[in-house]
Amino acid sequence: MIAEAGLAALWLAAALALLQLGAAIAGPRVGDVRAVAVPTAVAQGVLTLFAFAMLIWLFVRTDLSVELVAANSHSMKPFIYRFSGAWGNHEGSMLLWVTVLAVAGAGLALVERRLPPETMRATLGAQAALALGFFGFLLIASNPFARLYPAPAEGQGLNPLLQDPGLAFHPPTLYLGYVGLSVAFSLAVGALITREVGPALARAMRPWVLGAWVLLTLGITAGSYWAYYELGWGGWWFWDPVENASLMPWLAATALLHSVNVLAARGGLRSWTIMLAVVAFSMSMVGTFLVRSGILTSVHSFAVDPERGSFILGLLVLYVGGALALFAARVGTVREGARFELVSREGALVANNLLLTVLLGVVFVGTLYPIFVEAATGDKISVGPPYFNAVSGPITLVLALLLFIGPLLNWRRDRRPNLRRIALPLVVTVLALAATFLADMSLLARLGLAFAAGLAVASLLPLAGRNLRRTPLATWGMVISHLGVAVALAGAASDTAFTRETLAAARPGEVLSVGPWSVRLAGVDPVAGPNWTAVEGHLVATRGGTTIRLDPQSRTFSDPPTETSEAAIRTLFDGQLYTVLGHREGERWQLRLWWKPFVTLIWLGGALIALGGALALVGRWWRGRRQRRSEEAFA
Amino acid sequence: MTRKLLLALPLLVFVLFVGAALWRLADPPSSTVASKLVGKPVPPFALKPALPTKPGFGAADLAGGQPRLVNLFASWCVPCIAEAPVLAELKARGVAIDGIAIRDTAPDITRFLSEQGDGYARIGADPNGQAQIALGASGVPESFIVDGRGIIRYHHIGAVMPQDVPEVMAEWEKVR
Repeated sequence: MIAEAGLAALWLAAALALLQLGAAIAGPRVGDVRAVAVPTAVAQGVLTLFAFAMLIWLFVRTDLSVELVAANSHSMKPFIYRFSGAWGNHEGSMLLWVTVLAVAGAGLALVERRLPPETMRATLGAQAALALGFFGFLLIASNPFARLYPAPAEGQGLNPLLQDPGLAFHPPTLYLGYVGLSVAFSLAVGALITREVGPALARAMRPWVLGAWVLLTLGITAGSYWAYYELGWGGWWFWDPVENASLMPWLAATALLHSVNVLAARGGLRSWTIMLAVVAFSMSMVGTFLVRSGILTSVHSFAVDPERGSFILGLLVLYVGGALALFAARVGTVREGARFELVSREGALVANNLLLTVLLGVVFVGTLYPIFVEAATGDKISVGPPYFNAVSGPITLVLALLLFIGPLLNWRRDRRPNLRRIALPLVVTVLALAATFLADMSLLARLGLAFAAGLAVASLLPLAGRNLRRTPLATWGMVISHLGVAVALAGAASDTAFTRETLAAARPGEVLSVGPWSVRLAGVDPVAGPNWTAVEGHLVATRGGTTIRLDPQSRTFSDPPTETSEAAIRTLFDGQLYTVLGHREGERWQLRLWWKPFVTLIWLGGALIALGGALALVGRWWRGRRQRRSEEAFA
Repeated sequence: MTRKLLLALPLLVFVLFVGAALWRLADPPSSTVASKLVGKPVPPFALKPALPTKPGFGAADLAGGQPRLVNLFASWCVPCIAEAPVLAELKARGVAIDGIAIRDTAPDITRFLSEQGDGYARIGADPNGQAQIALGASGVPESFIVDGRGIIRYHHIGAVMPQDVPEVMAEWEKVR
């Protein structure tokens, strides 16, 4: 009954989406936009949320008469993984996607009050069209509630790599971000239809972009850390197609976040903002398509299914193609925005937008190049970190340099930019650069460390000379996010410059050294967990007077049979010691040891970037509420 | 005109993407890596006996007129334990199996075979993994079907699991 209730809710929600789209097309004849679109949007949100709750319930109960549960769960699994197993598979994750889409649509319908009614109608119509397509995909090609008869006695389990607390929260966070961008997309499409692009649109769009961007930042940061400790390869970014699929919408959203501010504050950058809003969500859909269709091989691949792939590609053509065609046809007729000079806050933000867009292009081309080449010549090639690092590294450094000056410039024009204010960060940069020559490292790492030091100082300058208690939260948010960029850059550069690695086969009792550490393999023991067995190495690491113990494991799961390595990682104030136990070679055990100075700054920086975004979101919301209150009091 | 072209640029990039995606969907990449050695003669190698009780063998012995299944295994390899009963079943169905013990020692092999069962007619010792490299095997276990003239006809990467038995038997029937 639970499964049938979920399925019925989905069908009802799909019917409501159709109604909402019809009402938008029919226009004012069917009455006020709020009378029809708002209730249908809210009801859709509630119904899909209900369906998703039903799926979680089925997984928690391990109801094996449901095909999806039988294929992906196991009654012996710990509770948290039975729970998160609901979205650790194709159908469940698509239901999560649709749920977020419908809930975001409901939120937009409820919250937004300032847009012109025609734009609002077109926007809700666009959101309904998006929802309708994905409801169709779910109900026709990926029904999560399909029954299995007869029910099997036991489920097939969940991919052991995915049995990790990180999985419980990483995909939902990313999905909230991806799909939050759908609202910006719908707003852009609505504005293109009515040709009303202006500050009101930007103000309506901004909180959604900001919120989605915060969640994407958190999701990517968490995903990076998850790959770092779970895969046991010691790296934090692999340029895997699926990582790139999450990075591309983030890059577009970051650019959008900046240009939407120009549109809100100055009425400028109209076509840019519209294009970025369309591209950001398009990239989310392209990313989902790449992952779901299996057309790119990746560690994240779900089952390859050409039928589902074709379905999503059809939706992509409809939505992305439609929106981009509308953009090409209409945006030329949008009234031109306010002009500005090259040296101005707008000018710096345009440079930021261009660089982020180039970076997006670099990742896009690198990710899809193998397919293009194989389609054209039949050769199988793969594009790896050497390309991505070589191209994205310098662009990132230029972006960091732009951050020194951008936030200090005035709007519209800055005849005499106050260059004296950036003297301090420049001096810090030069001093840091000089200091890097004490050690041997690559040029990119050297510049990365120097720029990070300078940027850390420069990012704080917008606060200089201000009354800190009266500084708006949004400004604090910007400062903290930019500081986060400096911190993450420092971590990445430090990891590149100072990481030491030792790979060896050691007998029990043998001592290896890595960086400043001496690591002794004290012994190896078998251990067992709830649904796995493992061999566990006992390592004793010493540096000066410090002694720490690490117990990396090599795990073997029974259902399905898979081996994973559980790295043992110890975080110290000045870095991480990362150890992996590999296979046995006769008497000896393969050991892989890394000493990674200050590597944790990468994720700390990511968290700071997200925190800054969250502060700005809260600050704007707070201010908007106060403004409305005072307006109401005045009226 | 340039501005119009510029505004249509995102659309053009997207059309290109859809084209490539359509092509890939129509012709999905195969997930099995076709071994370069299938259809070629076994590369030359000669292995000493791994155990005093069984003969070793070399590439020349594989061209003796009868097809063989050559299985790369090791006592230190966990998937090989899972594979052992399946190899026993293959042997019971008439498959002649030779083993290559990768980076292993006689006492360890003896213990492994007494615990997991022994379906090998011959076992060659490959202490440095040279035969493994010559055969283009990336890990342990891997299996090859070699026909009576010494030509490799089939390459299976990873443990042969119960669900692989029909495929392996079909390949075996082809070379008999």
